[in-house]
Amino acid sequence: MNLYAIRAIYKFEMARTFRTLLQSVVSPVVSTSLYFVVFGAAIGSRITDVDGVPYGAFIVPGLVMLSLLTQSISNASFGIFFPKFTGTIYEVLSAPVSWLEVVIGYVGAAATKSVGLGLIILATSSLFVPLRVEHPLWMLSFLLLTAVTFCLFGFVLGIWAENFEKLQLVPFLIVTPLVFLGGSFYSIEMLPPFWQTASLFNPVVYLISAFRWSFYGSSDVSVSVSVAMTLVFLSACLLAVRWIFKTGYHLRT
Amino acid sequence: MGVKIGNGERSRPAISIFGLSKTYASGLQALKDIDLEIRRGEIFALLGPNGAGKTTLIGIVCGLVNPSRGKVLVDGHDIVSEYREARSLVGLVPQELTTEAFETVWDTVNFSRGLFGRPPDPGHVERVLRELSLWDKRDERIMALSGGMKRRVMIAKALAHEPRILFLDEPTAGVDVELRREMWGTVRRLRESGVTIILTTHYIEEAEEMADRIGVINRGELVLVEEKRELMRKLGRKKLTLQLAERLHEIPPALTGYRLELSEDGRELVYTYETQTGRAGIAALLADLNAAGIRFEDLQTEQSTLEEIFVGLVKGER
Ligand SMILES: Nc1ncnc2c1ncn2[C@@H]1O[C@H](COP(=O)(O)OP(=O)(O)OP(=O)(O)O)[C@@H](O)[C@H]1O
Ligand SMILES: [Mg+2]
Repeated sequence: MNLYAIRAIYKFEMARTFRTLLQSVVSPVVSTSLYFVVFGAAIGSRITDVDGVPYGAFIVPGLVMLSLLTQSISNASFGIFFPKFTGTIYEVLSAPVSWLEVVIGYVGAAATKSVGLGLIILATSSLFVPLRVEHPLWMLSFLLLTAVTFCLFGFVLGIWAENFEKLQLVPFLIVTPLVFLGGSFYSIEMLPPFWQTASLFNPVVYLISAFRWSFYGSSDVSVSVSVAMTLVFLSACLLAVRWIFKTGYHLRT
Repeated sequence: MGVKIGNGERSRPAISIFGLSKTYASGLQALKDIDLEIRRGEIFALLGPNGAGKTTLIGIVCGLVNPSRGKVLVDGHDIVSEYREARSLVGLVPQELTTEAFETVWDTVNFSRGLFGRPPDPGHVERVLRELSLWDKRDERIMALSGGMKRRVMIAKALAHEPRILFLDEPTAGVDVELRREMWGTVRRLRESGVTIILTTHYIEEAEEMADRIGVINRGELVLVEEKRELMRKLGRKKLTLQLAERLHEIPPALTGYRLELSEDGRELVYTYETQTGRAGIAALLADLNAAGIRFEDLQTEQSTLEEIFVGLVKGER
């Protein structure tokens, strides 16, 4: 293992994060607060509680996941897309590093940022609603697992995308709809039967549901299925990265 | 394969390239069956017109370009199966100026060192920065530097991990004369410390000044590899210019066997000869001139530059 290389990449990426710390922290805090105002206050006054959880508290896990997914993908994809775009990637390609070391450096840094962000959003939420976390260790594990998985996905996306449009297309066309239809703001059971079935094909439903379970102890779907699916997706992303570095797809000419 | 110490170790080439070809996805064949050996400790200059394939060749050795066919060994290590060993020996200064913008000089050079698997060594990084006159700029952000300075930052990055082999792809493009001389000095000092250097350049003067050996590449083919001195000697033409004592109207028939040219005003006679033919030719010419009664007041010789040799070669190929 080239530990010095991992550390160098990680440090470099974290420095990039800290350079933009203000916007990295302020924007999620502001948007979370907005969600609370719009959904918590406006809708919450009509829906009193879901599965015995006050609506305002019910949406917290979904809100965290929403930011976690979008931020993980955008951070990690940008982290690798940018050096590819400017050309500074040449140094990483010419260095004595394995694909795994590169991934640990880049994805590790992006995931660190995402988890930090998730915790900030949780903290912000607790200002609006009383939070209860029934399985704190599980909660943190989900946070970490989801961050790592979607940072990996973002990493693949960042290598795949040849231009800014493509970089934004996938999050915009695929991820955002899945996340919004993933039950962030409602329980699946509140949907008509057809959409309940359709939702079961949305992987984000599993993520949010399991995450919510770690807070309130109840879930729309099986938590173990959710964990298994996430792990499968994570492995698929890892295999994709390995293949990318073996073949040089969109990296080497 | 045992590790040979002494002679074997010393004679093992820094880089061996066997049958290397590259066809880009566009279908363009950028390299055609290149065989090349770079000797340990030499300065090798790779010359060739735009689009000849120089950067492609360097890209393959450094892991930026996938070869289509062929094999490359760096200090005996295959660049694909033993990429770690191979790459940790190599430093690359690419042709394009590509640097981080927001990082400081100090951070970016230390990043490079870590990336290549070396433990932190502020002393070494300081030496590199001082050598490249970047020490005063160490805390500046790279984007605040001038182009020439950025170029030096890239060299510093390539030297951060103490490579044994250094690729300089047009290191002095867009660099002023003074800085160019400074860089030549740096390169020479590196060579003295045992670093093998491969550089590409469009300034023939640079190759002439620095290189031990020269390779000329044209349209993906290695046209020639030769010791610089040998190349100059073999292909070099010399010109002997005679300032005549009296105006001459035409070259006397007795002298038509020589490659002679008479200037417009008839005061200068120019004799062109291959360096190989050597002095025998001159002696004969002078004797014949004497016999023909042509006297001269002064004479000078000029050796053709690499540039002339190189242009001649590439033209011939086209
Ligand atoms: N990524 C690429 N895809 C397709 N063709 C390429 C690519 N990179 C280079 N080429 C082509 O390969 C040929 C060799 O290019 P290369 O950059 O190696 O030349 P060079 O000798 O370095 O030229 P220069 O002196 O201009 O730097 C050129 O015809 C170039 O257009
Ligand atoms: Mg080039």
